[in-house]
Amino acid sequence: MTAVIETNGLGKQYGRTWALRHCDLTIPEGKVVALVGPNGAGKTTLLHLAVGLLAPTSGTITVLGGRPGGGPAQLGRVGFVAQDTPAYAGLSVGKHLRMGGYLNAKWDQELAESRIGQLGLDPRQKAGSLSGGQRAQLALTLAIAKQPELLLLDEPLASLDPLARREFLQGLMEIVARHGVSVVLSSHLIADLERVCDYIVIIVASQVRLAGEVSGLLASHHRLSGPRRDPRTLPASQHVIEESHTDKQSTLLVRANEPILDPAWTVKRVTLDDLVLAYMSQARDLGPARRSALGVVS
Amino acid sequence: MIEFQLDTASGVATYLQLVQQVHQALRLGILEPGDRLPTAQQVVAKLAINPNTVLKAYRDLEREGLVRPRPGQGTFIVGTLPRSDPAAQEQFLVSMTTWLRKARAAGLGPDDIEAIYRTAVRNIFAEGAA
Repeated sequence: MTAVIETNGLGKQYGRTWALRHCDLTIPEGKVVALVGPNGAGKTTLLHLAVGLLAPTSGTITVLGGRPGGGPAQLGRVGFVAQDTPAYAGLSVGKHLRMGGYLNAKWDQELAESRIGQLGLDPRQKAGSLSGGQRAQLALTLAIAKQPELLLLDEPLASLDPLARREFLQGLMEIVARHGVSVVLSSHLIADLERVCDYIVIIVASQVRLAGEVSGLLASHHRLSGPRRDPRTLPASQHVIEESHTDKQSTLLVRANEPILDPAWTVKRVTLDDLVLAYMSQARDLGPARRSALGVVS
Repeated sequence: MIEFQLDTASGVATYLQLVQQVHQALRLGILEPGDRLPTAQQVVAKLAINPNTVLKAYRDLEREGLVRPRPGQGTFIVGTLPRSDPAAQEQFLVSMTTWLRKARAAGLGPDDIEAIYRTAVRNIFAEGAA
């Protein structure tokens, strides 16, 4: 299987601060990828590197086998919706579509118009008077009508109400089903992503903490609770991601590829939410040097 | 045609929920051989789930011999599941109620009973799988 995004030792530095560092990723094609992490973790930096809006300070990034932003052909293969789903406030919906037609070699006007029709948008309406949800749908329409192989969405859900979020994801999943496009979307709303994403990348404090297939990760992580126990006495095949102890009881979140057989533990499945929070808080416990990178750059 | 629903709080994997709903519709006679399942596109447009999830569910059903895809037309029901017999269900309800009364008389609460039930189910179905 080919990779839609491949990075090796990728890093981006602003002044003395690393916004992204030591990033090694291989994202397979045909996935809907959730890029999650706290604000300022480096999600936007990674997306901007993938589109070619930023150049790496160190390492390499390849997108669909090519160099990001490396010419019109490469630009045409990647659709990008920036944070806050921007549109030109003074331009009408119809003019946005015309502009898309002028600027893109593979523009599908019919697809764009039918989506706008389905959404019940008036082509004469100015984008500035659209609701947040409608503007997000317009931005998605522009990104998909250029018929990209990879769609990158930066926090598309952040400013939407729950109904608009739902409608946006329905539209996005319909596009995936129909056109087989690969998607990477960043978000910190994990609950919304659980249904749509089959691959997850967790970035905390400028570094990739975890990347993989959601189903595999959920199957290999377990929540254990039982009598108090020193985690260092666990079998070598079980890695503790998160632990908490009272005087009598220990609760652990472990990664283990083999079943947990010790009868002293009560074993529970983890949700994607549990997993993301555990990896995020693990990173926070790593010390002040890394913590200081949090919240500096988005 | 059936319409799928999702219970996000159930903790059951999404593709499994789809499989179970087809099973249930077959047991209840809502779905019969020849009926068409909604396309992946129809399902995702309604539930906002990943299309691969729907395809995975349909592949599982195909492996069980319950559905078959016809290229360009959709996925069709080709198998059946035994419908559960209402008389048998009634009989098990009676014996379960008797058992529950005994458990309560012995001082067991709902939590204890649920723990016993879960353990028993796990044991029984682990036997079946082995």
